[in-house]
Amino acid sequence: MDKNQILEEVQEIFRDVLDNEDIVLANETVADDIEEWDSLTHIQLIVAIEKHFKVKFTSKEILSWKNVGEMIDSISTK
Amino acid sequence: MNSFKELKRNLKKDSSSLPEIKLSIVGDTSTQFLSTAIQGEAIERGYRLDVFEAEYNQVERQFLDPTSELYDFGADFIVIFQSTHKLGEHHSMLTTEQQASLADDRTGFLAAVCENPALAGKKIIYFNYPEIEDTVFGSYANKVESSFTFQVRKLNYELMRLSQQFQNLFICDIAGLQNKLGRDVMFAANVYTSTEMILSMDALPYVASRVMDIVCAVKGQFKKCLILDLDNTVWGGVIGDDGLEGIQLGHGLGIGKAFTEFQMWVKKLKQRGIIICVASKNNEETAKEPFEKHPDMVLKLDDIAVFQANWETKVDNIRTIQSILNIGFDSMVFLDDNPFERNMVRENIKGITVPELPEDPAEYLEYLYSLNLFETASYSNLDKDRTKQYQVEAQRVSLSKTFTNEADFLKSLNMVSVVSGFTKFNTPRVAQLSQRSNQFNLRTVRYTDADIEALANDPNVIDLSFTLEDKFGDNGLIAVIIMKPLDRETLFVDTWFMSCRVLKRGMENFTLNTMVEKAKAAGYKKIVGEYLPTAKNKMVEHHFPDLGFKKIEGTETDLYELEVDNYIPRECYIDKDFID
Repeated sequence: MDKNQILEEVQEIFRDVLDNEDIVLANETVADDIEEWDSLTHIQLIVAIEKHFKVKFTSKEILSWKNVGEMIDSISTK
Repeated sequence: MNSFKELKRNLKKDSSSLPEIKLSIVGDTSTQFLSTAIQGEAIERGYRLDVFEAEYNQVERQFLDPTSELYDFGADFIVIFQSTHKLGEHHSMLTTEQQASLADDRTGFLAAVCENPALAGKKIIYFNYPEIEDTVFGSYANKVESSFTFQVRKLNYELMRLSQQFQNLFICDIAGLQNKLGRDVMFAANVYTSTEMILSMDALPYVASRVMDIVCAVKGQFKKCLILDLDNTVWGGVIGDDGLEGIQLGHGLGIGKAFTEFQMWVKKLKQRGIIICVASKNNEETAKEPFEKHPDMVLKLDDIAVFQANWETKVDNIRTIQSILNIGFDSMVFLDDNPFERNMVRENIKGITVPELPEDPAEYLEYLYSLNLFETASYSNLDKDRTKQYQVEAQRVSLSKTFTNEADFLKSLNMVSVVSGFTKFNTPRVAQLSQRSNQFNLRTVRYTDADIEALANDPNVIDLSFTLEDKFGDNGLIAVIIMKPLDRETLFVDTWFMSCRVLKRGMENFTLNTMVEKAKAAGYKKIVGEYLPTAKNKMVEHHFPDLGFKKIEGTETDLYELEVDNYIPRECYIDKDFID
C-alpha cells in the first residue's frame, strides 16, 4: 500500500479516535500540533491503527516515532 | 460490549441529572484508562461517578497514611487494582522462604484494609490476579510452594476466603475474565512496556463492566428474574410440530446436548434464587408436556414460578408475569431464539434485558457467561425458596377472586407475623432486602450485613423486622423498620421498606401499630417520617399521609409527623408473635 493511502487512512483513525473531524495529518505532524493527541490517546491511536492495518508494533516503535511520517514508515514495512 | 472509545465518549455527555457515586481507584500500575472506562460504563448504567484516582503505585501509602487523599476524599467505593505483573516483580526479589509467604503477605495487607475503622461502611472492590504462567518450573510449579504459579493461585483462593470473612470486601473476578477472553486479549505486551498499562484496550470495557456490576448490585440494581421462550430456546425444535419424541434434548437426538446444558445452567440460577418464568406461544397443555413427561428435561414445572403459554404476544405475557411478581422490568432478563420476538419485547418493554442470543444454540451458554447478567451483592439460603413463594402467590391471587369482601378474604388467610429486632439470624436477609427493595421503600437507604450488625448493637436505634405467614405458606422476612431518635421526644423513620409480595394484606397497618407501641414504650411522643422520591418508589409517595401522618410544612423534603399518644391502632387481620 502506498504511503499516501496509509496517511489518509491513519488520518481517518485520528479523526475517529480523537473525536475531531478537522484533523489534517501530514508527515511532519507531531503530537504538539494536535490538542487531543497526548500520551494517553497515543495508546488509543496505536491500538486502533494496529487493528485497522492488522499489524503489531514493537514497543520500541511505539516510543520512538517523532512524527506521523515515521509512524507511516513503520506501517508500510509491516 | 461497548468499546473503550464509546465509553470515553459517554464522559462528554451531560450526566448532571444522574445520581452520583463517589469512587476511588488505587492501583500499582497506570489506571487512567481504567478510570475512564469505569466512568463511561457508569453512565451506561445511569450513574455519574465522582472519582478520585490516586497517583500510581501508591497503594500502600494511600492506605497506611491516615492523612492521605484517599481518606480525605471519602468515597463510598474503593477499587484496588494490584497487578499480577507487580506481584511477579516483587516475587523475583524475595528469598525462596519469603516467596512461600507471598500470598499470605498480600492477604494480610488486604485484611488490615478491610478492618481499618476509618474505612467502616466503605465497599472495597479488589481485583483478583489473572495468572501469568512464567514456566520457571513448568507444570512442576504445582508441587513447589514458593513458585509464582503456586502463590498466585493460592492468593486467588485466599481472596475468596477473605471476602467471606469481610462483608465490605467484594472480589472483582478479573482472573475469571481472563479465562474467558484469554491472556493474549487481556494483555498487550507492547502497550504495557511503553506505558505501564496492564489491561489492554480490548479488555478495559469488560473489566469496567465487571466493576459496575458490583457497584450496581450493591446499589440494588440487579437481575431477579429470567423469562424463557420454549421452542428452540429450552429445547431443540417446535413441540407443537415435532411432538414429545421429536424435540431435541439430552445426549441422543441432534444437538440436544446444548439445550440440556443450558437447562442445567438455568436450574442452578433457580437454586440460587433467580425466579424462572416461561413465556411461550403454545397451547398450555402442549407446552407443559415436555416438563411433565420428557425424561431428559432438567427443568421441571416446579422450577417455574409463572408459566405463561398461550397465543397472546410475548409483550403481554411478560407484562402479566411482571404484575404477578411485582418486580421492575429492569430486573428481568428475557431469552428467546427468535430475533423478531426479541426486538418486539425490547421495543415495548423499557428496561428489560434481552440478550442477542447467537444463532447456534451450541453457543448460547458461552455467550451468556460473557454477559455476567446475574451479579449479586448478597446471597442467603432463603433465596432458594423464592420460586415456591411466587407459586403460592399465584394461588393466593386465585383465592382472592372468590371473595367479594376484602376483609373476609384477609381474615381467611390466618396471617401471623413474627416481630423481632435484628439478630445474627436475620441480618443477612435484612441487608439483602435493603438492597433489593426499590418500590416499597421510603428512603432507599442501602445497608450491608456489617451496617445492620452495627445498627443492632446501637441501643438508641429501634430496629424491627417482620415476617408474614399465612395458610398458604411462609413469606419469610418481608418488612424492616429502623427508627433513630432526633431528640428526646421524637423518633425518625430512617428506614421503612417492605417486600411487594405482601402488598394489600394490611401489613402497613400492622407495622405502624408495632412502631407506635415501641415508640410509646420508649417514652417518645412523636414519629417523623420522610419520603425521598426515586425513579421507582412512587408507589409509596402518599404512604405517610395515608397512614394518618400530618405533613410538616416548609421543609425541603417531604416530612410527616404522627403523635403517638392519640394514636388509635389501625385495623388489620394479622396476629402478632413477638420475639425480643
